[in-house]
Amino acid sequence: MENDCKYHQHMHLLPTPAAKPRLRLGAETWTGWLMVLPALLGFVVFFAWPALRALEISFTEWNLLRPPRHVGWANYAKLLDDVAFWRGLELAGWYALMNIPLQTALGLGLAVAMDRLTRSLLVKSVVLLPYLLSNVLVALVWLWMLDPVLGAVNHMLAALGAERQAFFGSPDQALASVAAVNIWRHMGLVALLFLAGLQNIPRSLYEAAALEGAGEWQTFRRVTLPLLRPVLVFVLVTSVTGSFQVFDTVVVTTKGGPEDATKLIVPYIVQNAFGYLKMGYASAMSMVLCAVMVAYTVLQMRVMRANESDLA
Amino acid sequence: MTSLLSVAPAALPPRGAPPAARQSRFRGGRWVAWAALGALLLITLLPFGVMLRAAFEHPQALYQSQAVLVPQQATLLNFQRVLGLLSPEQNLQLGGSGAEVNLLAATLHSLLFTVLVVVLQITSCAMAAYAFARLRFPGRQTLFALFVGSMMLPGVVLFIPNFIFIRDLGWLNSLAGMVAPFALMSGFSVFFLRQFFLSLPRELEEAALLDGATHFMIFRRVVLPLSSAPLATLAILVGIGAWNEFFWPFVVAPGEDMQVLPTALQAFRAQTPQGQFDWTGLMAAATLAVIPTLLLLVAAGRKVVESVQFSGSK
Repeated sequence: MENDCKYHQHMHLLPTPAAKPRLRLGAETWTGWLMVLPALLGFVVFFAWPALRALEISFTEWNLLRPPRHVGWANYAKLLDDVAFWRGLELAGWYALMNIPLQTALGLGLAVAMDRLTRSLLVKSVVLLPYLLSNVLVALVWLWMLDPVLGAVNHMLAALGAERQAFFGSPDQALASVAAVNIWRHMGLVALLFLAGLQNIPRSLYEAAALEGAGEWQTFRRVTLPLLRPVLVFVLVTSVTGSFQVFDTVVVTTKGGPEDATKLIVPYIVQNAFGYLKMGYASAMSMVLCAVMVAYTVLQMRVMRANESDLA
Repeated sequence: MTSLLSVAPAALPPRGAPPAARQSRFRGGRWVAWAALGALLLITLLPFGVMLRAAFEHPQALYQSQAVLVPQQATLLNFQRVLGLLSPEQNLQLGGSGAEVNLLAATLHSLLFTVLVVVLQITSCAMAAYAFARLRFPGRQTLFALFVGSMMLPGVVLFIPNFIFIRDLGWLNSLAGMVAPFALMSGFSVFFLRQFFLSLPRELEEAALLDGATHFMIFRRVVLPLSSAPLATLAILVGIGAWNEFFWPFVVAPGEDMQVLPTALQAFRAQTPQGQFDWTGLMAAATLAVIPTLLLLVAAGRKVVESVQFSGSK
């Protein structure tokens, strides 16, 4: 820009030299800020300010009816001794452990099968359908599928001569049932994400591997999997942070029961906020949960070098 | 979420026939793959079949048979019930719980909510994204980093202060209260569009600048028309998220006046007394709630699949 105007000055050809670029620089700043303004407003009002306010609220005792009372670190101290809080975190961890390996493995298997067999849009649409439906709808359908008395799964188990199961009604099976519902909903999404990754891998690499005499499993382990790493990191990070925040499915199926077997961390936080009107305590717990998730995300990115692709 | 920084708006891989060379190499593998694919497709579809059976089953027949997929006494009564076409007495007689669900209103609210979120959020974020991609102004880098960083903030941190703010505005149980936090800003939307704008060739914009167009005119007349494909992709992604959003409407609009589909279905289920669900009614409602999504897939399946695939590609 600067070089341009010097050049014009020397040329003495243009009617308004030098002055115009300076004016435009000012205009550019103005336009820039004006165009960012609506989003900036949204950012300040619904992200930055509430984040700071949540931190502030976490140091108070507040039931929304009376003004908040500053209590210092009391909420955080209480949280250290709160068995239900730690149990909620632990359950979220267990839930992620049940959920993610199976969901990722099934999604990957489905992607490899689709990559090999079909490009059919119908197949892709069917595979994606569960993810396009709300958690609530999906949970409702599975509540019916897994009904202890009338559910189709129990009818099928009975037909096979197996024993009927309580699923959501059993303290031992409820968490696994919630996990199964989410695996069912996300399996196809994960598969399509992997499929996009698979189709980015140059075919020449497979041909080279075949020429080298690599078997199918070897090719998968040494070529496919390493090149899928960026997609894998994306899937792992989003599904782990998503798993830690599971809420919708629990509300519809178990409401935290039976015997608190599915009182995961977010349902517990929401219960404290709107059930017991403990805004301060709920905020303190959400701060700790946020710290856990950010730490996990950063760690996962570091460990798996998410930003680099071996393809580039 | 720094991994997103490496998203390049590269096109999805070209569609073509599966490579013949690889097919012939793995003969046995193909059978295994077909079996796996078939099994997973079956698992995906089975619950829908089971849902349909209950939706079309006469309430009394539900308890008398162990059928899984085929209604024993097919009827449309359940749909009539959940659409409010039968009297309360008939409803109770048919095994309804007396619970009400206003599906048509909820669908309308869901549509309004989704359209408002998509249109407002994408308009606001596209302007910001263009400024971040093309204009030089002080504070640009910092602001962009903050916007992208906001993706790391989980909803569970924000919902209490945001709820209190909406309550103080008097916007509880209103469309405005539901839409507001999504309407202006989304780190993902800004980031996604900025990446695309960066990839556009500058020549057209520079030509327009020389012709005396302002930056905003260039954005509206040159850049936006060139961006219909990524805008549609983003609209689909944001739209799916809004359509399925449960947590925020649940928090901020718990009343009956402003239910969206997810909260209406949840409320319908919650009204049933423990132990005796109105399964035929619930599944009829669920069936109706699936229809808009099916319509979307029929109308724009390819675009939907590609958009979702794009969201995770780097």
